[in-house]
Formats: sequence, structure tokens, C-alpha cells
Amino acid sequence: MKRFTPCSSPVAVIDRDNVDTDMIVRIERMTTLKRGQFGPWAFEMLRYRADGSEDETFVLNREPFRQARILLGRSNFGCGSSREMAVWALDDFGIRCVIAESFGDIFYNNCLQNGVLPIRLSAARIAELAVPAAAGQTMTVDLEQRTITVQDGPTLSFEFAEHPRQALLQGLDEIDQSLLLREDIEAFRLRDRASRPWVYATATP
Amino acid sequence: MSTGTMFDKIWDAHVAAQVSADIALLHVDRHLVHELTTVEAIRVLERRDLPVRDPGLTFATLDHVISTQPGRSPDGEPWASDMIDGLREQTTRLGIDRFDTHDGRQGIVHVIGPEQGLSLPGTTIVCGDSHTCTHGAFGALAWGIGSSEQVHVLATQTIRQRRPPTLRITLNGTPGPHACAKDVILHVIGKLGVSAASGYAVEFAGDCVSGFDMESRMTLCNLAIELGARVGMVAPDDITYAYLRGRPYAPKGADFDMAVSHWSLLPSAPDAQFDRELSVDVSGIGPVVTWGTSPEHAIACEGVVPDPAAESDLSVRQGMVAAQTYMRLTPGQALAGTPIDRVFIGSCANGRLSDLRAAAAVIQGRRVADHVRAWVVPGSMPVKKQAEQEGLDRIFIAAGFDWREPGCSMCVGANGDMVAPGERCVSTSNRNFVGRQGPGALTHLASPATAAASAIAGHIHHPAAVLELA
Repeated sequence: MKRFTPCSSPVAVIDRDNVDTDMIVRIERMTTLKRGQFGPWAFEMLRYRADGSEDETFVLNREPFRQARILLGRSNFGCGSSREMAVWALDDFGIRCVIAESFGDIFYNNCLQNGVLPIRLSAARIAELAVPAAAGQTMTVDLEQRTITVQDGPTLSFEFAEHPRQALLQGLDEIDQSLLLREDIEAFRLRDRASRPWVYATATP
Repeated sequence: MSTGTMFDKIWDAHVAAQVSADIALLHVDRHLVHELTTVEAIRVLERRDLPVRDPGLTFATLDHVISTQPGRSPDGEPWASDMIDGLREQTTRLGIDRFDTHDGRQGIVHVIGPEQGLSLPGTTIVCGDSHTCTHGAFGALAWGIGSSEQVHVLATQTIRQRRPPTLRITLNGTPGPHACAKDVILHVIGKLGVSAASGYAVEFAGDCVSGFDMESRMTLCNLAIELGARVGMVAPDDITYAYLRGRPYAPKGADFDMAVSHWSLLPSAPDAQFDRELSVDVSGIGPVVTWGTSPEHAIACEGVVPDPAAESDLSVRQGMVAAQTYMRLTPGQALAGTPIDRVFIGSCANGRLSDLRAAAAVIQGRRVADHVRAWVVPGSMPVKKQAEQEGLDRIFIAAGFDWREPGCSMCVGANGDMVAPGERCVSTSNRNFVGRQGPGALTHLASPATAAASAIAGHIHHPAAVLELA
């Protein structure tokens, strides 16, 4: 997994609650595209008109937000489908960090799996940031310091659980870490199999 | 701090290692996989030169992109037949049990898990699909995961999870005679909102829930994700055990009895402490239909589209206005009587036998309105076969419905089964998001009986009112 390093860019405001993962990437793209190809299709229903032309009223079609590496959402961002391609689409577009009041649970985990930083902030803090964001000011997100700094403006701090913070900062791979716990896993299975044999009727030894 | 709940018991029984204070490595008892997300996950695993730790606890089916065309043929999909070929090749090579068309076991992953007796009380079940919470109906911890997490499960048969807080949602009262589990859960989502349970492990409780049969409990838990919940659960009881007995993968004979004695210890203790408690009154509710683009946009079938001006929260108000614009509805407009183009009966929410029976009971002896294209997509091949033995297919076909092959179909459109732009569809699925059933599609979520009644009437229609139609 790639490390999360401090990220500076304009911040695109996605000004709606309940942005679902169908909205972030459509199902057809999942069946036809590979990772690395989703960028042009991120938010396609909002970015393009029915005739395929760009809708300039959508933030990611305007300067300087075409270069945004940070999104500012509202509540329940990334709700709905478990499709990890929603995070891949943001990643392929260049998004490194999503700030929102709350997140869909599976989307949040998928961000952590892909080195994309999901930051929870209060509605009041988001409203504060939305003003300089909409004005096109650059912000810098620093996970090491757990800060968001507005260009020519204040620095806010945010909370982030220590374990995933280290994983993001170091780019740690979960599978490698878990394979180190192989003995614990196998010991668990032996014990569990004795008490719940029916669960393991088809299991591989 | 949550103690003594069913969730706590099952979680604690699955901790293979504690990774940090609040993150555990949990054993996965069943990893259910399907063609849309798994082919790539297995490729990633193999590129890393890692074996599948437990192919025997991994179970595969084809549902998302497979064709549901009547009399479907191999490679009948408009796209992505390679995903189907890929999953078949991988599962055969790796020794993963696959529920496929040639053996008559294929179906939607959340229909076949219960049907085959794979979804058992006290188990952990994960799948690359958000509606995996369905299996919580059995008193299981079941949740949807992403592709990277799937690779982790394939490699280790475990998953890293942050322990979620617990929430009990008690449903008080008895729903009215025309309400089923779908109406109940849409009513609950309408009352509480789509993020009410964000991040929580939810247990549904109350007489209404314990009185539900298993298929109703599955519908209830299926939509737990639409409350934002990580898992949705119902305590196992005699109804659960009676459903499971004799199913192909359920324990047999003395093993079953041993399992039941274990399962009977799972329900939350009388003095269990939940992190949070909510209750919803469901007394006397009737059919519920959504008007907007979020499952929380749910109102009584005979209700009117709400007025955003009456909403005090600005962001909720903006959401309502956008939804009404997209759905081409105006405040104060009666939902019943709104003309429709399509009806979809199926999905992991409502594609089971009891759902098809409820719809057929409304349709029997009637005709689908001329301007409506109506589909029934059974949730699995065994559901389809049983329905045909009962003659339900003939009722649907005589009424003018398409009787299709099993799959996810028009719930998500991954196989090209879509509602055309601007068409309005009454759907028994679980999501009415913008474009969910196809770009520009207008979706109204409803129960099978309401969908059936609407197909006959040609507009959104109360199932009890179908008798009044000529």
C-alpha cells in the first residue's frame, strides 16, 4: 500500500449528504474497466450530461478543482454498495483524502486499504472549511501531525485512530501483518473446531 | 460499554488475535464469493503467490453479472462473460465449492447461503457485497467487505475489524394486515434515517421480529445496511432451527442437536447492556413505498410526497428538493396513482419463495397493465423450481409477467438488466439511489404485494385495493 504523505491541493466540495458509491462509480464500469482506468468515470453521473459533454456546474469540471486531491463531503459519504472500485475511482482521479462528517462503513475501510485518508470532522468544522475550499484556497493535510492547514488561514487538528494512522503513514500491508499471526490463527482454529465442529465440516485442515 | 449482547458473544468467540485495543483478527467461518468482485481478488492473491487458506470455507456463486434471460445460454451476458468464465476456472482449480447453473444451485449469494444451510447462528460470514447483513437473520455476524479485504480473507481465513458499538432497535406493536417485513423495515428507515445506525452492530428485537418467519427476518436484516449498520441481527430461536434442519450444509443428526444447544446460548442476556437503544412503533402500519432517491424517503403507500419547505434541516431540505426533481414528483402529490413503466420483483431483499407467493396471490386471475413491463426474477434456482412446482410461474406468465432466470438483475443492472432513462419502476429491491437501476431510472421501493398490485393497476397501487379494479 502506498504511504500517505502530506498532501496539498485545492479542495472540491461535494455539497450533499449520502453520496453513495453508485454515484462515485457506476456498475457498468466495474464490469468493464481495470484498476487504473476508473479516473475518467469517477462521479460520471454528476460530471457528464446525457450527451457525454462535461457539466461545468459540477465542481470537478472547474478550475482549480480538476487538480483537487482532497474532497470535502457532508454526512454518510460513501454509503451503499461495498464496491472498492469507488475508492479506486477516487484514487485514479487523484484524490488522496476525503473529509466528511461521517462515512459509509465499508467505504471507510476500503479507503484505509488503499492509502486514501478518510477524515471525520464535525458539521461545524466542515462548514468552516467549505468557505475557503469553495474559494479555491489550497489546503494541506498532514497525517503525521493530524492537521489540516488552510492556505493563509487557520490550522485545524483532527483525530485519527493510532493503528490505522501508522498503517497509512508506513504503507503497511495488512496481509503481511496477519500472516505473521499464523500460529495464533491455527491455534484458534484447533480450539474452535473442538467446540463447534459443525462449522468446520467442509473446512480444509 | 456493551456487555452480554448476542453480538458480544459471537465477536468474543471469533477473536483469533487482538491486533490493538479495539482491532481484532476475527476468524471467518464462511466466505461467500461471487463473480463481480472475486475474480480480481483471486488474481491479486495469486500474483502475490499466496494460497487460499481455506477453500473449504469459501463458497461461490454467480449472481451479479449473469444473464437472467429466460432460457439463458452460456456467454449470454452483454458484457463481462469473462468474469463468469474466470470464476468458474478459478473455483474449479482451487477446489472452492461453486453453486452453478448446471447443478441447479445457482442464485443470489444472500438467497443461497440460507437456502443451503451455510448461514448458521453464531457464525461469522463475509462477502464482497454490502447486503451480506442479510445472513444476520440467523443470529450471525455477517457484513460486506471490499476487494482488498477479500484478498485478506482468502489468504488467512480471518479479517481485521474494529469492534463496533452495539445498538438494539426494538420494534413495538403489530403491523397491519397488508404490511410485510419490507414495509416494516422501510418504515423503520423512514423514521430513523439512513445513517441512524452508522457503524453500529444492530440487533432487531421486539414481538414483531420474533413473530417473523425466517424469510421475513432476512428481508428485515437485508436492509440493515440502508440504516448504515455494519451488521443487523435477529436472535436465533425455534423458528431458526426449524428452518435450518435438513438443509444441505446444516449439521446433521446428533451434530444438529449439539449445535442447537450451543446456539440457544447466543441470544442477548436479559441484563445485556447495549451501547445505544432505539425503538420504533410499527403498530398498524400498511404498505410503505419510497418517493425519493434514498431509502429513508419512505412513506405510506396512500401518503403524499412531503413538502421540503416543512423540513427545518437545510441539508435534508436540499436533498429532498434534488430527489423530487430527479423523481419528477411535486410536494403534496399522492404517491398512489403515479403511472409506472416497469415492475421488478426479485433481489436479495425480496426474491424468495414467500415473496413470489405474496406477489402471485395479488396477481392471480389478473393482467399486467398494457403499458407496464413486469419482471419476476427468482432469487435462486431452487426458489424458481419450487415456485414452478406450485404453479406460480403460470400465474405470473398468464398475467403478462416475464418469468426469468435467477440473478441480481435489475436491482443493480450489473448484467445489463436496466430500467431505461426516465422510466418509472416499482421495485422490490433495496436501493433507490440516483441511477441505481440504470442512468435516469426512477425507482420506487416497495413490497412484493405492492409491486404486484402496481403492475396490475399500471400505477403505484395499494395491494388491498387491487380487488376494486375491474
